[in-house]
Amino acid sequence: MKSSLVIFALFVFGVICGLFSLAPKWLCETDLSRYALYVLMFLVGIAAGSNRKTLKIIQAVNVKIVLVPLSAVIGTMLGVGLVSFFIPDLNVRECLAVGCGFGYYSLSSILITQIHGETLGAIALLSNISREIVTLLATPFMARYFSKLAFIASGGATAMDTTLPVITKFVGKEYAIVAVFSGTVLTLLIPFLVTFILKV
Amino acid sequence: MLAVLVIMSVGIVLGFFVRKRDRLIRIVDSLIMWAIYALLFLLGISVGVNEEIVSRIGEIGLQAIVITFAALLGSCVVAHLTYVKFFREEVNEE
Repeated sequence: MKSSLVIFALFVFGVICGLFSLAPKWLCETDLSRYALYVLMFLVGIAAGSNRKTLKIIQAVNVKIVLVPLSAVIGTMLGVGLVSFFIPDLNVRECLAVGCGFGYYSLSSILITQIHGETLGAIALLSNISREIVTLLATPFMARYFSKLAFIASGGATAMDTTLPVITKFVGKEYAIVAVFSGTVLTLLIPFLVTFILKV
Repeated sequence: MLAVLVIMSVGIVLGFFVRKRDRLIRIVDSLIMWAIYALLFLLGISVGVNEEIVSRIGEIGLQAIVITFAALLGSCVVAHLTYVKFFREEVNEE
């Protein structure tokens, strides 16, 4: 939670620097952010590959556990795909790419900015931040009217870190493992899905 | 952007081989944080200098929220169906 605030503060600080032309020119003109993204993706890969929990979870729990992140992907695609017809400015691909951030706003907004441009990147940032916030706030409601998996699926990639404490509290400890697994799988899927949707 | 996928895949393989080196993994985790900080700051700058985004921020925000709610509702409904179809019986048996 603390780091989420730092991230958001840095983004706002960046916007202010950009608005009032406070930032040195070389920061905007070089390919700095592209190389920083490469470094980030390499590090995220190492972190994912070295995660010993993921494989253990699949072995310990049922194979059916893969249905949870799959539901999040299919549900997000269906929902966003339908609503995209009501957003005149954006086409289906653009909407799907934003939806496939699964709440991991830093990674998805950077990726989308690099692939497609800043406007869609900004939409991805706002949309995925609000996915995390809404998931946190809507817990009691969802826990009551939907089944236990709904909360994990709506948390998306954040189910492995920022929304995990709330999931554990409202859905139950036995589901924490499912949440971590689903969040990890979705995190790894983001770069593949976003690239595929916007490029192919 | 194929480069991104290749780079990440290399990272995954490398990560698998260093998975027992806890100190290294901790360093990687904190480097990820710093990379994200730097990137979000840079993204902020590019949003700030982009007049199109600044002038349409209300509209952009609304589109973002609409996409979010569609994604959440879709996820909840499909996850609910998955639970009812594949998970509920098992819980009852236990």
